[in-house]
Amino acid sequence: MSMTKVLQVEKLSIGYDSHVAVDDISFDVSEGELLGIVGPNGAGKTTLFRAIFGLQDYKGKIKLFGFEPDKYKSLIPLVGYVPQKIAFEPNFPATVYDIVSMGIISDKKIVKGAKLIQQCGCCWNRIYKKIDKAEDKIHESLKTVGLEHLKNRRIGELSSGELQRVFIAKSLVKDPLLLILDEPVTSVDVESQTKFYKIIEKLNKENGITVVWSSHDLDAIKKYASRVACMNRKLFFHGEKEKFFADENLLKTYTESAMQMHMHDHNH
Amino acid sequence: MILDVLSYGFMQKALIAGIAVAIICSFMGIFLVLRRYSLFGDGIAHVAFGGISLGLFLGIVPLWGAFIASVFGGLGLQKLRSSTKVSGDAAVAVVLVSGLAVGVTLVSASGGFSVDLFSFLFGSILLIGLEDMIMITAISAGIVWTLLVFQKQFLHLSFNEEQAKVAGLNTTFLNYLFVILAAVTVVNSMRLVGILLISALIVIPNISAMLFGKGFKKTVVISILMSVSSVVTGIFLSYYLNLAPSGTIVLIAVALLLGTLACRSAGLIAKVTIKEQSKIVHNY
Repeated sequence: MSMTKVLQVEKLSIGYDSHVAVDDISFDVSEGELLGIVGPNGAGKTTLFRAIFGLQDYKGKIKLFGFEPDKYKSLIPLVGYVPQKIAFEPNFPATVYDIVSMGIISDKKIVKGAKLIQQCGCCWNRIYKKIDKAEDKIHESLKTVGLEHLKNRRIGELSSGELQRVFIAKSLVKDPLLLILDEPVTSVDVESQTKFYKIIEKLNKENGITVVWSSHDLDAIKKYASRVACMNRKLFFHGEKEKFFADENLLKTYTESAMQMHMHDHNH
Repeated sequence: MILDVLSYGFMQKALIAGIAVAIICSFMGIFLVLRRYSLFGDGIAHVAFGGISLGLFLGIVPLWGAFIASVFGGLGLQKLRSSTKVSGDAAVAVVLVSGLAVGVTLVSASGGFSVDLFSFLFGSILLIGLEDMIMITAISAGIVWTLLVFQKQFLHLSFNEEQAKVAGLNTTFLNYLFVILAAVTVVNSMRLVGILLISALIVIPNISAMLFGKGFKKTVVISILMSVSSVVTGIFLSYYLNLAPSGTIVLIAVALLLGTLACRSAGLIAKVTIKEQSKIVHNY
């Protein structure tokens, strides 16, 4: 595995008016990695992701493919992001195909991003195939997530599991190098969860896409992730998953803090 | 009989301009409706009223006053909406009454209502001249072209602005372009149904079309068909029955909406979707 850094987070702190959401976090993600981020609700995982995409003010440094935020604009189109929940009108007049086609970006933008990325030594050509026909690309992405048969369905009529796969497909049409998924299976039934994990695994192993994925599902992280980051505002652990799951104290701390947050949520 | 009417120059001009306006109102309107800007058209139209009054007061072409005022009004509205301190509907209310207040004050200062002002308030499609018709059609063509070029971006923006930003779209530029297009659409359409009814053409055909439960392209086509048929039927009916064209056009659009709602309740439209859905469920 190459050691090119796809994402670097250095001394990142994010605060709202009255509280600190992310406190002095540093970690990095290498090319080809599948990093699982675990932490209770309110641990700052979503805030962290939003900061990566420039949707949130922050202190510290975030580098994408080794570049500072001023070069971001050229690189962001090459990073896929599937948030926890995307709010939209239930009767929004768009089919699955319409939504996935929104992910298509112009070759000009792709080439601009590619030139920058080559400077950081990523094996980008391995993944990028020139889009001859956007239509083929959309079909290919829908096939990857197993939704080809639903391409003409209105998005308001999909289950939450299907919706998440549509958003993955939307990210895939641009051949991302990095895919960031924020608790992608929170409201999805178990059967669809397994289907979803298989897709992520395939994207990571076969297509070589680096994946950062936050989840509450420790079993899934144990099974699919290559490395683990554990956070609750602060970063408690970042490293090989075997170390994380072998450390009983760490697991205990995680479970306890998750439990505390859970109780806290219920009490309010 | 219908062909006889078509030989009248005023009828030809009214129909050509009417169809052009019907197309831009529904095409631009779908994005306005989806972005919850339904009353944006109303707000802009009232600012345009202020602009027209200013034009009449200063003795310049009222329509230019309307174009300038509505573009600035639209940009102001966008600014108010994007600040977190004022909610969207409150921003429209502020801009709407400000435009109206400017208009009323200037009208009273220049000595009362004139025929010109009335034609802008209630529409006067049967009275437009050849120059007006050419201008309305040319501007409409420009709007349709711009919308065709940017439709994917606008759809993304309407779907979820944050997602559009993450996908690398320049949302600031797109938002300003969107507001300017909307303002120009409203002013360009005022002669057809008037300031007071302009929102109807922007909103109603799109609500009807969305009830069909189709994807984006089909919804736009259905909306345009509904809008064009309302305008054409409205112009003919108003001529034969001696009614105000603007009111007639809007009432027909409302009737189409009610008809669509009835069809949907009776299961004539949504049936297919339910059938497909149960088929898919079985496949799983």
